[in-house]
Amino acid sequence: MTYREALRRALDEELERDDNVFLMGEEIGRFEGSYKVTAGLWKKWGGKRVRETPISEEGFVGAGIGAAMLGLRPVVEIMTVNFILVAMDMVVNHAAKISQMFGGKINVPMVIRTPGGAGAQLTAQHSQSLEVMFAHTPGLKVVAPSSPADAYGLLKTAIRDDDPVLFMENLILYNQTGPIPDDDGDEGLVPIGRANVVRPGDDLTMVAHSYTVRRCLTVADRLSQLGVQAEVIDLRSLRPLDVDTVVDSVRRTGRCLVAEEGWSTFGVGAEVAARVHRACFDDLDAPVERVGGAEVPMPYAKPLEMAAMPLEDKIEAAARGLLRDCGVL
Amino acid sequence: MSSSVEQHSPLLRDAAAARRILRQMVLIRRFEERTEEQYTRARIGGYCHLAIGEEAANVGAIEPLTDADYLFGSYRDHGTALAVGSDPAAVMGELFGKATGVAGGYGGSMHLVDVERRFLGGWGIVGGHLPIAVGAALALDYREADGVVLCQLGDGAMNTGAFHEALNLAALWKLPIVFQVINNQYGMGTSVAMASAETELWKRAAAYEMHGERVDGNDVDAVYEAASRLLQIAREQRRPALLETLTYRFRGHSVADAGKVYRTPEEIAAWKARDPIELFAARAIEAGVLTADDVAVLRRDVDTQVSDAIKEAASAPSPDVAHLYDNVYGDAGTGEQFARMDTAAPFGERRETRNWRT
Repeated sequence: MTYREALRRALDEELERDDNVFLMGEEIGRFEGSYKVTAGLWKKWGGKRVRETPISEEGFVGAGIGAAMLGLRPVVEIMTVNFILVAMDMVVNHAAKISQMFGGKINVPMVIRTPGGAGAQLTAQHSQSLEVMFAHTPGLKVVAPSSPADAYGLLKTAIRDDDPVLFMENLILYNQTGPIPDDDGDEGLVPIGRANVVRPGDDLTMVAHSYTVRRCLTVADRLSQLGVQAEVIDLRSLRPLDVDTVVDSVRRTGRCLVAEEGWSTFGVGAEVAARVHRACFDDLDAPVERVGGAEVPMPYAKPLEMAAMPLEDKIEAAARGLLRDCGVL
Repeated sequence: MSSSVEQHSPLLRDAAAARRILRQMVLIRRFEERTEEQYTRARIGGYCHLAIGEEAANVGAIEPLTDADYLFGSYRDHGTALAVGSDPAAVMGELFGKATGVAGGYGGSMHLVDVERRFLGGWGIVGGHLPIAVGAALALDYREADGVVLCQLGDGAMNTGAFHEALNLAALWKLPIVFQVINNQYGMGTSVAMASAETELWKRAAAYEMHGERVDGNDVDAVYEAASRLLQIAREQRRPALLETLTYRFRGHSVADAGKVYRTPEEIAAWKARDPIELFAARAIEAGVLTADDVAVLRRDVDTQVSDAIKEAASAPSPDVAHLYDNVYGDAGTGEQFARMDTAAPFGERRETRNWRT
């Protein structure tokens, strides 16, 4: 099953399970979704449960918040994460604040689904990975699955969670295939705040989320040909961040590399590195290494775009450098 | 007083109704005067926006709301909370930042709330609560509930993008909501004429195929009549509306603003001569529904009520700092979700300081 189909199945099952769940977003109905995640759901569930919106992100994200305050469970689709910036006030100033600002008397059980990522020559305004902006913000939860099983399980968990959850998808991941549980009950639920060791190893800890996990797995395979076994950790959640799983691994490997598609400065790697340095100071053979996207607006031309992205070669080079510093290579 | 006003004023139908309306307006006035005084005594912090002069706009529009209806307000929300019936001591407690406040001391002046009375917030970002109020109306429609949403906003919010998106969605989706623009003629120090190309704000409704109208916001009867009618239409016919209540704030934008450098003394005096409380009191006396003595007794009662509220707030406990991390999230599983984030947390973010809501 593809990542896209896993998301669709999760949405369909949650629509079935709870009358309070409804979908809202641009082109998610008759058009079947800009990236076809919601294909068929409008026909099956109708316009009340699958609500098509005009191009009014601030308006319909706000409407999702208001509906959630009255106990509905809206799943709002933002066509790509880049467009969420026009609704940033709703997400950061409103959704994230409501529970505490009103003394704990109102919840906002809302999910915002949106894909990010680069690699399709979509250029500066359509190629960003902005999840750290939200992971920075108390009051929000941020998850970013890398496999169909996690996409399925985390989306269902996010919909059932009583807080606003930013659910980061990835454009290139939509066609990724993988198994998901056959059972449509609670078997496949994936908890928020739990990382996943997707490849065991004792020589180097590689930490990533979303599509970058796939890239790290490729790099880990290449490194194994050099006799180095890298452990790859898929964070899955950014806020809350499962520091324990990373720290447990780094205490064993003594080396840590964090890769992400977004910009490194003030990024996921910065947070992970700070935590690892503090918790594993005496275990580290070298400082934590970080790999991220080039700190430029994404250019159009294919060679420029490829050069700006943290692709496998760049991650591998960083890993080799780190291992050399430690005298391993 | 013409007999036609009596006939058309359900607020003057009997002494009890007239007394209730007058009392709410006097309560807001007195509460705000004492709030200003308490602010100067540094018992209230942060921003503090008073509703003095806007009592009729608040009380007239909120009076028709039923137990099925929801209310949203701006940051100038003390009058909104009092009009919907929130306990003055709990409202003052919130201004004082006390644990007994309506939001437990977490919200302050701009973020009053009363879930039991379905008042879902004073909101601090101009125009930001409009889409959220639309979502509340969407939820009512989704559940085929009987309720309707009253969403207050200031004239300053008229020029935000959120206003446009919210009104378009409300009309497009035929939602049960009335937007009440409390046009006090200045967004901070910027007059409506300096901010809006169309100064008759109610006319903006036409762009959304929505009904719009303007009433005298200092005339509580006029506000009540229009609000009752438009709320009923929104409730029964799913036709939202924009109601402009033209009024004036007697004070500055906030207690930090005297409100005098951008307004003339003549203009302020002219509006004070149309004091909404005096207008209604005179009308009630002239109609023979209340006596001058009734009004005087009512004012004394309110004085005592507000003094008691201040005393109660002053003696109430502050929130315990052990509860700093409470309620940032609402899900009962949040503590477990975040447990693995405590390792190597920055100083001050350690687990022992946390007390999650469960």
